[in-house]
Amino acid sequence: MIQFILRRLSLVIPTFIGITLLTFTLIRLIPGDPIEVMAGERGVSAARHAELSAQLGFDQPLYLQYFRYVSGVLQGDLGNSLVTKEPVMREFLTLFPATIELALCAAIFAILVGLPAGIIAAVKRGTLFDHSVMTFSLTGYSMPIFWWALLLMLIFSVNLGWTPVSGRIDVVYWIDDVTGFMLIDAFLSGEEGAFGSAVAHLILPSIVLGTIPMAVIARMTRSSMLEVLSEDYIRTARAKGIAPWRVIIIHALRNALIPVITVIGLQVGILLSGAILTETVFAWPGIGKWLIESISRRDYPVVQGGILIVATIIIVVNLLVDITYGIVNPRIRHSR
Amino acid sequence: MSLLTLDKLSVTFGNFRAVDQISYSVEAGEVLGIVGESGSGKSVSSLSVMGLIDHPGKVKAAQLTFMGQDLLAMGEKQRRKITGSDIAMIFQDPMTSLNPCYTVGYQIIEALKTHQGGNKKQLQQRAIELLTLVGIPAPETRMSAYPHQLSGGMSQRVMIAIAIACNPKLLIADEPTTALDVTIQAQIIDLLINLQQQKQMGLVLITHDLALVAEVAHRVIVMYAGQIVESGPAAEVFSTPKHPYTQALLASLPESAAGKSRLMALPGVVPGQFDRPSGCLLSPRCPYATERCHEEVPPAQGPLTRQVKCHTPLDMNGSPIK
Repeated sequence: MIQFILRRLSLVIPTFIGITLLTFTLIRLIPGDPIEVMAGERGVSAARHAELSAQLGFDQPLYLQYFRYVSGVLQGDLGNSLVTKEPVMREFLTLFPATIELALCAAIFAILVGLPAGIIAAVKRGTLFDHSVMTFSLTGYSMPIFWWALLLMLIFSVNLGWTPVSGRIDVVYWIDDVTGFMLIDAFLSGEEGAFGSAVAHLILPSIVLGTIPMAVIARMTRSSMLEVLSEDYIRTARAKGIAPWRVIIIHALRNALIPVITVIGLQVGILLSGAILTETVFAWPGIGKWLIESISRRDYPVVQGGILIVATIIIVVNLLVDITYGIVNPRIRHSR
Repeated sequence: MSLLTLDKLSVTFGNFRAVDQISYSVEAGEVLGIVGESGSGKSVSSLSVMGLIDHPGKVKAAQLTFMGQDLLAMGEKQRRKITGSDIAMIFQDPMTSLNPCYTVGYQIIEALKTHQGGNKKQLQQRAIELLTLVGIPAPETRMSAYPHQLSGGMSQRVMIAIAIACNPKLLIADEPTTALDVTIQAQIIDLLINLQQQKQMGLVLITHDLALVAEVAHRVIVMYAGQIVESGPAAEVFSTPKHPYTQALLASLPESAAGKSRLMALPGVVPGQFDRPSGCLLSPRCPYATERCHEEVPPAQGPLTRQVKCHTPLDMNGSPIK
């Protein structure tokens, strides 16, 4: 197992080199540089531009800039934001809890709904339930996410008034930043109604963000279960005279979960890298929104550093998926 | 009282009759061979005895009783108490019949736990005994092995251990050796017959292997296109077959074609869902078919112990009685 993890980790190095090269060059290919964007419509004189460029190190040849950037990264320094002058890592750490909170709630929603829906659809194949699940999940998968968000907002926030429109908590509460997770902080603050407000603010964004993963998980679970249910060992299990639920949960699901875990892992990785549309629509201060804004500001260090961190998260999640895979599937655990 | 009695049992999938009104019984301590080519309904009829026919399959019978209990009338829960404990089954492909995610020990203990119960230590002990009984070397260490670490023969031994875990009165073996190589086949059959004699079980042996049936079975049933075409004591059916299909089946054995360049074969294939003949199902392929065979479904005739479903059964010399 350790050998397996080490081998996987060694593959990460070229990935990192690729990511730094790609973000470094791509962001510089976008017309306009940070200085021009900061100056805005007033414009900036050529002399001042040159001065600022020299200050920020943009007058150096590209390969030298890249080299300086990478050597910084290797020392754990992702640089400072050109706009706020804050270290990229600190900005990221401030915003990341909001993204984690939303991503986890969305993932929990997606798994809690998607997995059982997929299992029941497979067991009751061809019934009305099966067709409804498949139709809903296809709709959910193909729906534009911002439209879905606005639709839910219109129904539940505007018309019915059940949920708040946006933000993480009602403005009447002032919650001290302890962990960065609003749910925990609101709970710790002990203010009456704060926790409830934080929960209410999470409901719609979680549903919106969890819709696509839910659809993917439901469809994957269904097809995987269908395949497993026709296996010979399911017949053996039933021939033992064990209860049908035991056949489905113990014998079928464990085998069916193997591909589903991969899908869940990949989806969680995507969720953690920030939900650009959902965060924007719900004014959720997470890293998706942060990255988008930094691109429009041509904030080179933030874009480079942010994407590098996001990539790291996805790589780590993938590694965790591979390890879980080995735990669930003995055939992988035992092969060297 | 017979151990298992089937009377006019049919299994249908939509309009297709996979098993068409078959009747037979199995006595305690008896080995019943069921032979026939692929798609003749051998497996499906056994699965219906186990209660493993799924939607859209439908099982209908005038009678389906096990030790006097009506299997079709009882509730699902009650039936599961019989399935796996009093009636057990082993399957064709042992390599895919064990769940790859669980150890051998877990899968044996699961069967024990479902029907007998007991504490962890007793169950463990009993499972090791079972593995020893089916001839698996080093059973203690094998308990924690996963199916992918076992060979085909070993897997089939484990399957047998699971099947006999609760001391079944009836064991159905559905082509238990088809997926194994020849040397292992003989070992598995020896094991099955030994266990059958030791425990005085009824054994239903479904197979393509006519020589095997002739050797070990007391009685034999020959199936064709979902029907029983001939039944009787194994030795008699094979020495003097009365049905043209049985005769053709025996003639197709490589042993009976010694010295000839080609094996004997009936022209055509088993009728499917859409080309079922109106008269005798074998009539399009039968060398002795008459006008009557093409129009009229033949009844089963002869004493209960030696039945044949044919208008023109064969005589002692193998030619049709006019």
